[in-house]
Amino acid sequence: MNFRPDPDDALFRDEVRAFLREALPAEVAARNRRGFHPSKEDELWWTQVLYRKGWSAPHWPVEHGGTGWSPQRRFIFEEECFLAGAPPTCAAGFSLLGPVLYSYGSEAQKRQFLEPTRRGEIFWGQLFSEPNAGSDLASLKTAAVRDGDDYIVNGQKTWTTEGHYADWLFCLVRTDSAVKPQRGISFLIIDAKAPGVSIRPIVSIDGAHSLNETFLDDVRVPVANRIGEENQGWSYAKLLLEHERAFSAEVPRNKRLLSQLKSIAAQTRDGDARLIDEPMFSSRIAELEVELQALEWLTLRALADMDHGADARRPTGSVLKIRGSELIQKTGALIVEALGGYGLVDYPEHGFETLPGPEEAPGKTADFLYRRATTIYGGANEIQRNIIAKGFLGL
Amino acid sequence: MDLRFTAEESAFRREVQAFLRDNLPDDIHAKMLEHRALSKDEVVRWQRILNARGWATPSWPREWGGPGWNAVQRYIFLDELHQFPAPEPVSFNVSMIGPVIGTFGSEAQKAELLPRIANLDDWWCQGFSEPGAGSDLAALSTSAVRDGGSYVVNGTKMWQGMGHRADWMFTLVRTDATVKKQAGITFLLIDMTSPGVTVQPIITIDGRHEVNTVFLDNVRVPVANRVYEENKGWDVAKFLLGNERTGIARIGMTKYILRRTRKLAAEVSDGDGVVADDPAFQRRCAEIEVELRALEITQLRVLAAMREHSEKPDPRSSILKLKGVELRQAASDLMLRVAGPLALAAEDEFAPPSPTDAPADTEWGSTVAPLYFILRAASIYGGASEVQKNILAQAVLGLPK
Amino acid sequence: MNFDLSEEQTLLRDAIDKLVLKEYSFEQRRKHSRGRGGWSREVWAQLAEQGFLGLPFDEASGGLGYGPVESMLVMEAVGRGLMLEPYLDCVLLAGGVLRAAATSQQLEAWVPPIVSGEQLVVLACGEKQSRYRLDDVATTATAQGEGYRLKGSKIALRHGEAADRFLVSARTSGSRTARDGISLFLVDAGSDGLRQRSYRTQDGLRAIDLMFDEVLVPESHVVGTIGEAASALERGAQSAIAALAAEAVGCMQAMLDLTVDYLKQRKQFGGPISRFQALQHQAAEMLVEVEQARSMAMLAALVLDDDDAAERERTLSAVKALIGRSGRFVAERAVQLHGGIGVTEEAAVGHYFKRLTMIDLQFGDSDFHLSKLAAGGGLIGRAERA
Repeated sequence: MNFRPDPDDALFRDEVRAFLREALPAEVAARNRRGFHPSKEDELWWTQVLYRKGWSAPHWPVEHGGTGWSPQRRFIFEEECFLAGAPPTCAAGFSLLGPVLYSYGSEAQKRQFLEPTRRGEIFWGQLFSEPNAGSDLASLKTAAVRDGDDYIVNGQKTWTTEGHYADWLFCLVRTDSAVKPQRGISFLIIDAKAPGVSIRPIVSIDGAHSLNETFLDDVRVPVANRIGEENQGWSYAKLLLEHERAFSAEVPRNKRLLSQLKSIAAQTRDGDARLIDEPMFSSRIAELEVELQALEWLTLRALADMDHGADARRPTGSVLKIRGSELIQKTGALIVEALGGYGLVDYPEHGFETLPGPEEAPGKTADFLYRRATTIYGGANEIQRNIIAKGFLGL
Repeated sequence: MDLRFTAEESAFRREVQAFLRDNLPDDIHAKMLEHRALSKDEVVRWQRILNARGWATPSWPREWGGPGWNAVQRYIFLDELHQFPAPEPVSFNVSMIGPVIGTFGSEAQKAELLPRIANLDDWWCQGFSEPGAGSDLAALSTSAVRDGGSYVVNGTKMWQGMGHRADWMFTLVRTDATVKKQAGITFLLIDMTSPGVTVQPIITIDGRHEVNTVFLDNVRVPVANRVYEENKGWDVAKFLLGNERTGIARIGMTKYILRRTRKLAAEVSDGDGVVADDPAFQRRCAEIEVELRALEITQLRVLAAMREHSEKPDPRSSILKLKGVELRQAASDLMLRVAGPLALAAEDEFAPPSPTDAPADTEWGSTVAPLYFILRAASIYGGASEVQKNILAQAVLGLPK
Repeated sequence: MNFDLSEEQTLLRDAIDKLVLKEYSFEQRRKHSRGRGGWSREVWAQLAEQGFLGLPFDEASGGLGYGPVESMLVMEAVGRGLMLEPYLDCVLLAGGVLRAAATSQQLEAWVPPIVSGEQLVVLACGEKQSRYRLDDVATTATAQGEGYRLKGSKIALRHGEAADRFLVSARTSGSRTARDGISLFLVDAGSDGLRQRSYRTQDGLRAIDLMFDEVLVPESHVVGTIGEAASALERGAQSAIAALAAEAVGCMQAMLDLTVDYLKQRKQFGGPISRFQALQHQAAEMLVEVEQARSMAMLAALVLDDDDAAERERTLSAVKALIGRSGRFVAERAVQLHGGIGVTEEAAVGHYFKRLTMIDLQFGDSDFHLSKLAAGGGLIGRAERA
């Protein structure tokens, strides 16, 4: 047991920073740090920038364009990009669909979709949750009935982040209702422009359009677009839901929020003093920092586990998700407090420059409102506690 | 809507305060001020002083010899006791067996027992819980088999508060094991000097001996010592457990703990100042005080509702128990933080306040951690917090079992 | 960075685990606590024999030259076993101060008897008014002839009753709360003018208050440089904090294990109470806190050797702040989930509870450290880039 950081990792971090300084313009960075949802334009543009460097899909196997980095270096790369204000890339495509495709897809499917995704030419939308199948995802009912060389798909999906950006969708459908729910699910790729697909906005409490619901009315999907075996879809989905455990605490997002909190508190006056110097407020900040420090360290432990391929049943991912999500909420709440009256202003995404308030205000309350979802998305925290209690403690 | 007390109620409060000032013996008061344990003699002495005034049985109607107070008066009385602080009347006698005898007892039982209960001529303890029956009390298995004019009782009872001081134990026993569990229970009164009764101390983490295990080995109990009908004991238990609904938040106790905490904070050195100057301390104190004030109002609202509905127990009382306990625990935690390193030393349970100028001069320090420790039990006994939440979720919010 | 134990570390951990298993069941612990001083001389001898007492001292002074990670492994076992012996107080705390303050000749003379188990040295720095401030020293040391005269009193010296020597902080100059002017003295337990008042502690040990009435200390027993002991005291406190973190993790893990077992075997309402989701979630929350605490204990071990004093100080405040809060949380939940038996002396869980409570009150509770962190500008400086 040796807790000293690897000096080569420090060099790698410098390399990433140098790249970011070169490739990421200040205005794009500023825009993406605000707290509003990223635009499709920014996301695809950045994917292409990364692609040219060979870095758009670092965690994919090398034969599919991955970089072969250790989990620790992946973490460093993600953290540096995020903190620098780089736009995200299409998470649905890179972290969800990609791994399923290269693990279980046919050669034709891989040829059709992997490289274009990596190049930033395809944007993906994830169709998993349904109005009656959230935490209990396996009970999903969107049906796919075989008709010749196609499936006919009918149903309704919800909570699709950036679904309105999507060119293609990947969807969990029911292909067998007679068996235990998990055993009758298939994994389909659906053209977002196919007849019968309608994607409609869900406006979230931040007033923004990031989420969508999708109606599938007699959508014809070629069987060739099914990934893997019929009725094996749940096992593929489970794999990718468990895949990113070590990253569950959203450490980079927490770091950004904390640093923005301190910056705002340093500029806000409380009487004669700065808010950041007020003992109680700064103690509360310190409390969040302590929590984040512990989370970062736990993340490093989880990354080390990934490296070793350690026991997948350890609940580290659940721990990270529970506390990481709560910390995002607490930090966001303290930011809104620090903004005082300006925490109330509804800054629009565009055109906020004419409104009063500190430069850092626009986007913060919106993000705080949206992040009430952190404890709900990605496996609700109650489910995470079930996983810990039942799966790990054996209760 | 008017949340203020009436002029009469305020006058009553002042009357209680005056009584306490004039009648609570100084030595007992000194112990109460520092959360020290009282001897049996001290408890009896105070109970009899209260009884002489007719105030030993706050919840009893006049027909039982009580003051016949309404819920608000009872609340005011207990609140003043808690804040003084003075000991409550012995709850096993006054709040538990007393009302049971008064409600379910025969005329003979009432005439004989009620005055003795009030005067602590007989000290009672409660024999309900068992090793296998805690939150699930109805699962009790201590058996009582009829043999002529007696029941023969066998089993083990646990958590008897003051069982080692008790003359009598009121208990729930199983008289029919063939029916649904609640339907086969009987309420018996057992003389603690009976052959076959063995009392074994349980020392709690505050280092004190307050609770016991009682072993019952072929104990003969005359049928005359049964209260109410055979196999109807669960009705009596429900009555008893649901009975004490006023004052369960014990807000006055928490207020006293906070007052003592503030006083100590003003004395305990911290650098060039005192702990009271620390913003962290002030904030924690303020947080508890704010919640306590809210709880007071909630308490008054529950009292008012009870007044409206002829004193029927209100399931929102679970809020009072839940929050009341949480805040009392928080206040004791704050006092512990104030004491800090001075809370390390432990001492014997009955040590009186020491007048010596010991070098560390922190005699009070040894009383702080035990209070915090034993209050951890407050969220467990009398209906654990989880059970209170079940009641709120199911009885108030209508969520399924 | 490597979170796996090296072979050597594994051997070390196995050895201490074996000792705890052999000597420290809850029943055995009860027996040990009735021994003289409230702990076991035999266990101490075994610790000495197996080299544990020499772990952090360098080889020149008779130790084994191991680092904070190894101490962490030992302390976690100490916590798990609720061991009563003065490992932290003597080896890590007094030892840590000595290592930071004493000259090499002093170390060569004073450390070997500690390592062999012959002598117990305990730090005497806390006073009635000092609370959590190491710099708050009212005990005075006045130069007299070839030595110093000590006057004042110290409180809450854990294991002081059995100590052969005390490492005492006393003021040679400056105002009561000044950082400069604090000196360290090694005082023999039987010295003239030294009086003790001993008592039990809330967490099952014994401690003393120590009164100095013109106690004479020869020049040779001045530890390090006169007036400059503050940073050594700080170093010692830092070692103690790292040790307490590991001990707390051991206690917390034990409490979690006990609680899970209890939930599974306790039957109410027709089955084991482990089936109630509300209780499952409380247990899950406990696990979350244990893992966070474990991470911080590791971080503490890392940073103890950091040359950047400010970084060390900040990080260890963060560690103590979290350990205090998490430890109290796990302790309270475990008692609650055990129901009535959680508050008895009979069951182990109540003893872990008391120890974790007292750990929060040693070397600064979580409020103290959060305020300190805040006043120092906070913890995470590098994230300014956003």
